[in-house]
Amino acid sequence: MRFRWFILILVGVVGLATASSATGADWRRFRGPAFGIAEGAKAPVTWDAADGASKNIAWRADLPGRGPSSPIVVKDRVVVTASDGVNQDRLFVLCFDAPTGKELWRRSFWATGRTACHPTSANAAPTPVSDGERIFAFYSSNDLIALDLDGNLLWYRGLTHDFPKAGNDVGMSSSPAVLEGVVVVQIENQGDSFAAGIEGATGRTLWRIERAPQAAWTSPAVLESPPGGTPTVLLQSANGVTAHEIHTGTELWRIERACDLIPSPILQARRAFFVASDRLVAVDVGAEGKSAGPIWDSTRLRPGAASPMLVGERLYTVNRAGVLNCADAKTGELRWQFRLKGEFWSSPVIADQTMYLFNSDGEGLVVKLGDDAAELLATNRLGEHIQASPAFSENSIFLRSDQHLWRIAESAAAPTN
Amino acid sequence: MGSRLSTRRICGLVGTLAVIGSASVNRFAWAADDVDAWLEAIRAVQPLGGNHEAAMAAGRHLRLASAAAVPRLLAGMDGANPLAQNWLRGIIQSVVQRAESAGQPIPLDELEKFLQDTSHAPRARRFAFDLLAARDATAPDRLIPGWLDDPSLELRRDAVSAEAGRARGLLDGGQSAEGVRALRRAFQAARDVDQVKAIAESLRNAKEKADIARHMGFLMDWYLIGPFDNRDKRGFDVAYPPESEFDAAKTYPGKEGVETHWIRHATSDDFGVVDLNTALAKHKGAIAYAFTEFLSNEDRPVELRLGCINGNKIWLNGQLLTSNHVYHASTFVDQYTGHGKLLKGRNTILLKIAQNEQTEQWAQNWKFQLRACDSIGTAVLSQDRASEQAASTPRLPIR
Repeated sequence: MRFRWFILILVGVVGLATASSATGADWRRFRGPAFGIAEGAKAPVTWDAADGASKNIAWRADLPGRGPSSPIVVKDRVVVTASDGVNQDRLFVLCFDAPTGKELWRRSFWATGRTACHPTSANAAPTPVSDGERIFAFYSSNDLIALDLDGNLLWYRGLTHDFPKAGNDVGMSSSPAVLEGVVVVQIENQGDSFAAGIEGATGRTLWRIERAPQAAWTSPAVLESPPGGTPTVLLQSANGVTAHEIHTGTELWRIERACDLIPSPILQARRAFFVASDRLVAVDVGAEGKSAGPIWDSTRLRPGAASPMLVGERLYTVNRAGVLNCADAKTGELRWQFRLKGEFWSSPVIADQTMYLFNSDGEGLVVKLGDDAAELLATNRLGEHIQASPAFSENSIFLRSDQHLWRIAESAAAPTN
Repeated sequence: MGSRLSTRRICGLVGTLAVIGSASVNRFAWAADDVDAWLEAIRAVQPLGGNHEAAMAAGRHLRLASAAAVPRLLAGMDGANPLAQNWLRGIIQSVVQRAESAGQPIPLDELEKFLQDTSHAPRARRFAFDLLAARDATAPDRLIPGWLDDPSLELRRDAVSAEAGRARGLLDGGQSAEGVRALRRAFQAARDVDQVKAIAESLRNAKEKADIARHMGFLMDWYLIGPFDNRDKRGFDVAYPPESEFDAAKTYPGKEGVETHWIRHATSDDFGVVDLNTALAKHKGAIAYAFTEFLSNEDRPVELRLGCINGNKIWLNGQLLTSNHVYHASTFVDQYTGHGKLLKGRNTILLKIAQNEQTEQWAQNWKFQLRACDSIGTAVLSQDRASEQAASTPRLPIR
């Protein structure tokens, strides 16, 4: 009897340790900490959830609404947003235990702004963001909700309530960013078009700058270790990109150029990459982070909806035709191309020199990235429509479809609910 | 009234004691005045982050309340702005989760009393129902059928859905007379466009009339004039002559100097859509005006709700109600709302519909639909509108 208890405890401890280590790393924002690069992660190459299969599906949780927003992972908690209701006016924030998929809490609110969206989108289009202590959930209706990790409401802002013309009836999807306690939202549309820095601790507006009165769906990019010590956020709009000091919104540099309205930019210490209306542009950022100028541009590297990615000196984009491009980040020279299957709204993730891409049909393509070529390792099925980008945490992929949140991990048991 | 006040006072006292009771468990020394002050602090949140500091402090206290305090916290939503209602909703969810984790019962009877009291905020009542229904599986069937005329659109919607479902069951079972009566009840009660449309279709399938335009209050008869110049979108803020006068006999120089004059136009569309490309001819970089009169038998508030994929402005009796310089970003019923006041007698309604110069195939529409209704979408009809008018029958002669 005593031995049996020992075994049970041992199994429990090992299980907990395994589960914990499986999901220990945070993925706190859209495209994660490094613009789609999951450093140190080792995710499964194969999985299957279609037609009743459950290969490498650790768990699957039901969601109360739709949303192209992506999950984030904070301290072993997976947070995702959803929206529902006759007018997409019911907003949800849900939190799940990463190892088990158990729903820890859910919170719901009423939208205070415009909720209309294209049928392919939903109010819950922007991905939430976390500073590790708080969750900031944002919606197309410009509702910005701050919660602690236990789901307690800290504050609530209705930014369309503040600026009634801020809205786009096609739907908006810019995901907020947070850096040094400042939440940056980019609300670009034909009405009240602006970007703002909101104090994460209080919900107070620190700064607000007007933007071009034209719809855009790009997300702000922030840099953890900025050049010259200036914490920076990069905004890509219809008429160009601008870099701003995060606490004041003071403009550091700008490049005026017609830009793409969907894929988001990359910001590094001395470089940035943004998507102009017909090409990808590489930018050299001055040592103090207060000036910038184009280095090269390439029409062949222009991405579709998915944002570009950078690993070392290799730059990757997926174009509208579903072709994966690999280029030299220093020169823009195209190294190779690889044709993919499907349409991609979801931005890919690279982990362990392997790219994970999810097409709209719910197929997960796993592609090994080589110096001179790519190799398709697997095409995996979820059997549900996918628009969101995945979150990676060590050996797990967290993904949301229209109906479910999934954890994909090796040697998993059957779905839990 | 006196009885209600006293009931509310008792509820308030009970709620206060519940909060204080919880506080004592949590070793906080709360006074009734504190609870009132915390609720007021939440209710005082304003746009632009106004009063956040006090509200955040109040929220930290209130979320420690016991489950018995939930009706009191729900009542805090009465008369509160939408931001404050969301603050309270968030706090209540924390209270409920914390209480259930501690094995405290949720006061379901009190929740039911709360939601059945139509003097409470519609959203608060709906939230009370959500809390109740999640814990009492009998609640939906017991309560929903009684909400066909409820002031809460969310509660009413469930009742309309239930009644329409019942009607279809009756029709499928061959009880056509009772089925049609049930459909009529559902149609009369419906305020959401999708329900109105679906029930109207069921009525028409049953060979019954369903006047969607009248039910929703769409304005069907218009004077139209245009085009005026809107190249480079510069005409949107130009006050062309129709903004200062209406004279059906007058003509004006329009875009590129071409003379324009008012024409009469009546739509027979179920949802009142006026297609300017058809009525005036296709123009790009152009402004059109639409004018109509509305006869009211009283002074009263009204909402003029516009669906329009083009830039637009609405005036009521010469007062600008809303202005939206937005092009080709979707259109739907009730897309924009102008809040105004009808005067007893004849009122004038003027619309400005601005088309830009985009060349894409999806950017060619130039149209609008306007309805007059109250705050929950019940049609407000002009007194000279025909008393009966099926959508499939010809409209009245134009005035």
